[in-house]
Amino acid sequence: MSGAAALRKPYRSLRRQREAAEFGLWVFLGSEVMFFAGALTAYAVYRALWAEAFTAAARETSIFYGTLNTAILLTSSLAMAAAAEAARAGLRRMTLRCLGLTIALGLAFLAVKGLEYREDIQKHLVPGNGFALAEPKAQIFFAFYWLLTGVHALHMVIGLGVVATLLVQAWRRRRPLASPAFEAAGLYWHFVDIVWIVLYPLLYLAGRA
Amino acid sequence: MSDVTAERAIPDTPPAEENYLTAGTSLASWLLTTDHKRVALLYMATITVFFFLGGAAAVMMRIELVTPQGDLLSDDAYNRAFTFHGVVMVWFFLIPSIPNILGNFLLPLMIGAKDLAFPRLNLLSWYIFVIAGILAIYTLLAGGVDTGWTFYTPLSTAFANGQVLAAAAAVFVAGFSTIATSVNFIATVHLLRAPGLTWLRLPLFVWAIYATSIVMVLATPVLAMVLLLIFAERAFGIPIFDPLRGGDPILFQHLFWFYSHPAVYIMILPSFGVISELVTCFARRRVFGYNFMVYAILWIALVGFLVWGHHMFVSGQSMLANLVFSFLSFVVAVPSAIKVFNWTSTLYRGQIVFDAAMIYALGFIGLFTIGGLTGLFLASVPVDVHVTDTYFVVAHFHYIMVGGAVSALYGGLTFWWPKITGRMHPESWARFAAILMFFGFGFTFFPMFIMGFLGMPRRYHIYAPEYQIWHVLASAGAVLLAVAYLLPMGYFGWSLFRGRRATANPWGATGLEWQTSSPPPKENFFAPPVVLQGPYNYHPEHAGPPSLEREPHEPQGGPTERAP
Repeated sequence: MSGAAALRKPYRSLRRQREAAEFGLWVFLGSEVMFFAGALTAYAVYRALWAEAFTAAARETSIFYGTLNTAILLTSSLAMAAAAEAARAGLRRMTLRCLGLTIALGLAFLAVKGLEYREDIQKHLVPGNGFALAEPKAQIFFAFYWLLTGVHALHMVIGLGVVATLLVQAWRRRRPLASPAFEAAGLYWHFVDIVWIVLYPLLYLAGRA
Repeated sequence: MSDVTAERAIPDTPPAEENYLTAGTSLASWLLTTDHKRVALLYMATITVFFFLGGAAAVMMRIELVTPQGDLLSDDAYNRAFTFHGVVMVWFFLIPSIPNILGNFLLPLMIGAKDLAFPRLNLLSWYIFVIAGILAIYTLLAGGVDTGWTFYTPLSTAFANGQVLAAAAAVFVAGFSTIATSVNFIATVHLLRAPGLTWLRLPLFVWAIYATSIVMVLATPVLAMVLLLIFAERAFGIPIFDPLRGGDPILFQHLFWFYSHPAVYIMILPSFGVISELVTCFARRRVFGYNFMVYAILWIALVGFLVWGHHMFVSGQSMLANLVFSFLSFVVAVPSAIKVFNWTSTLYRGQIVFDAAMIYALGFIGLFTIGGLTGLFLASVPVDVHVTDTYFVVAHFHYIMVGGAVSALYGGLTFWWPKITGRMHPESWARFAAILMFFGFGFTFFPMFIMGFLGMPRRYHIYAPEYQIWHVLASAGAVLLAVAYLLPMGYFGWSLFRGRRATANPWGATGLEWQTSSPPPKENFFAPPVVLQGPYNYHPEHAGPPSLEREPHEPQGGPTERAP
C-alpha cells in the first residue's frame, strides 16, 4: 500500500492530509470539551449550592466498579496509542492486535458499567418516586450521575464503532496503514478517556475524601 | 449607451468547457455529491423551504396583530406561531444561511482550494440538517411548541403542553450539522490556502466565516447539552432545573444565553464579511483599515462570549453581575462601530456604483447601525428594565438579524449569482427589490421601536387599542417586505433559464473566486492559483483611488481658496 492510495481530493500531499485529519479532530474535540463543560458547570453550581447533599449522595455510588473501570479505560488508551503508532510505522499485525485489544477493553468497560447500572437500579438510585435518599437535592446529584455517565457511555459506543470499522478495514486491507484515520481515532479515544478521568473524582470520590 | 453595446458584445453561447453544474446531471450526482458548490446549492434549496415556513408563521402573526382583539388565532395558536417562527428562523434559516450557502460555495474558491478540507463530512452535515428539518416540520404537524424559542424552564420542562421534546431534538440535531460545517471551515482555512495567501491577505469574508465557525464550534455544544438537560428533565423526570427538588431555573437561562448570545454573532458576523466584499467592489476602493477589520471580527467573536448576562437583567441576577455584563456589552459594541466606520471610510472618495448588490450593502450599513445603537439602549440596565420584553427588543434584534443578516444574504446572492449560476440576473428588477426591501423593512420594524418604548409587550396578541396604529403600520410594511423577499426568487429563477450568460468577472472584482470561469469547473480552478498581493487591490496601495486622478476633491460649501 503506497501513500498515494490514501491521498484524497482537495489535498496535494499526504502530509497535509494527515495534518488536516488531526487538526479537524482537535477542533472537534474543542467542541466536545464545551459540550461536557456545559454539564460540568451545572454540576459545579449545584455542588456549591448543596454541598452536603452532594457528598452524601456521592457516597452511594459504587467505588469498586468506578475504580475498576478507570483502570480498564486507561489500559485501553495505552492499546489505542500503540495501535496508532504501529499503523504509522506500517506494522500491520501489531496494529490489528492493538485495535482488537482496544475494542475488548472498551467492551469490558461497558460491561462493568452495565453491572454498575443494574446495582444502582436495585438500590433505587434513579431520581423520581421511590428514590433511596430522603434529601430531594440528592436527586440532582444522581441526575448528573446518570446523565454524565450515560453520555460518556454513548461516546464509548461511538468510539468502539469507529475503532471496529478501522479494524475491519485494516484487516481486509481496504484502508492503508498510512491513513490518518488511525491517529484521529486515537485522539477521539483518548478524549473519551480524559472525560472519564474528570467524571471519576466528581462522581465517585466526592464525599469519600 | 456603451453599456448596451458591451452587453451585446458578449456572445450568448453556452461555455465550451464543462462546469460543476454540467458535470453529472442525475439525481444521484446531486444527492451523493461531495462538491462543495453543489452542497451549497442543496443547502440553498433546503434553507429556502424553511425561510418560507418561518415566514408563513410571521404572516399569521402580522395578520392577527392588525386588530387589538384575538380574531384569527387562538391564544395557544399564537404562542405556537411565534415559537415556530423563532425556532425555524434562528436555527433553520439565519444560522445556516450565509455560512452554508455563500460560505460553502465561496470559501474554497476564495482561498484557491479544490474543495473543503472534508468533502464527505460536508455532505453529511447537509443530511444531518435535513433530518433536523424533518423533525422541525414534524413538530409543527404534531401541534407545535408554545414555549417561545428560548425554552425557558420550568415552562418547557413542567408546564408547556406542546411538542417540546420534538422541537428540542430538532435543534439538537441541527447543532451537529452546524458543528460539522464549522469544523470543516476552520480546517479548510488553516490547511488549504493557496500558495502566497497569508493570513493577512485573506478576504474579509473568509475571516468572517472563520471567526463565525470558531464561535459555532465553541457555543453550539453548550446549547446541545442544555437541550439534553431539558430533554432528560421533561422526558424522564430527572431533576436538573426543578425548583421543588433544589434545581435552579436561572441556571438554565445562564446556559441558554451562553450559547444564544454568541449565536447572535453567528448570525451577523458572516454578513460583515459579505458587506466588506460588496462595499469595496462597488466603491472601487481598498477596504479602509484592513487589519482593524480583522481584529474587530476576532474581538467580536471573543467578547461575544462574555455578554450573555445582558439578557438577564431582570431575572434576579446580582447588581454587580448586571453592571459587569452591561459594561462588557458596551465593550462589544466598539468593534461593530469600527466596522461601520471603516465601511463608511471605504466609501469616501470611492467611485460608487449603485448596482443592486451595493444598494443592499448600503441598506445593511444603515439598518445595522440603527440595530447596533438600540443595542446600546438595551445594554444599559435602567433603560433595559423599562423595555424588557417589549416590542423595543423585538425591533432591535430584527434590525440586526433581518435588516442586517437577511439584507446581506440577498446582497451576497445578488453579487455572487453570476458566479454560482453563470447567468446574470435582471439588474433593474434587483435594484427595485433592494430598495423595496429597505423601505419595507423600515415600515415593518421601526413602528415596533415606538410601540415598544410606549409599553407594548412582546408575545401578546390581544393588546390595548392605543397600540393599534403601530401594529397596522408594521403589518402594512410587512406586505412590502414580503414582496421584496419574493421578487428575487422570481427573477433569480427566471435568470436561470433566460438570463444573460455571465463572464468570469462581471463586476470587475478582485478575489480568487472571480479568477475562474462562471460557473466554476468541478475542481474550481484550471490551474492552481498563486497569490502575490493582498485583497481588494482596486487601486495601487499608496496612490489612492483612480478618481483622484480625474478631479480634485472639493470640500462642500463652495470652492476653497487654492494657492496659485
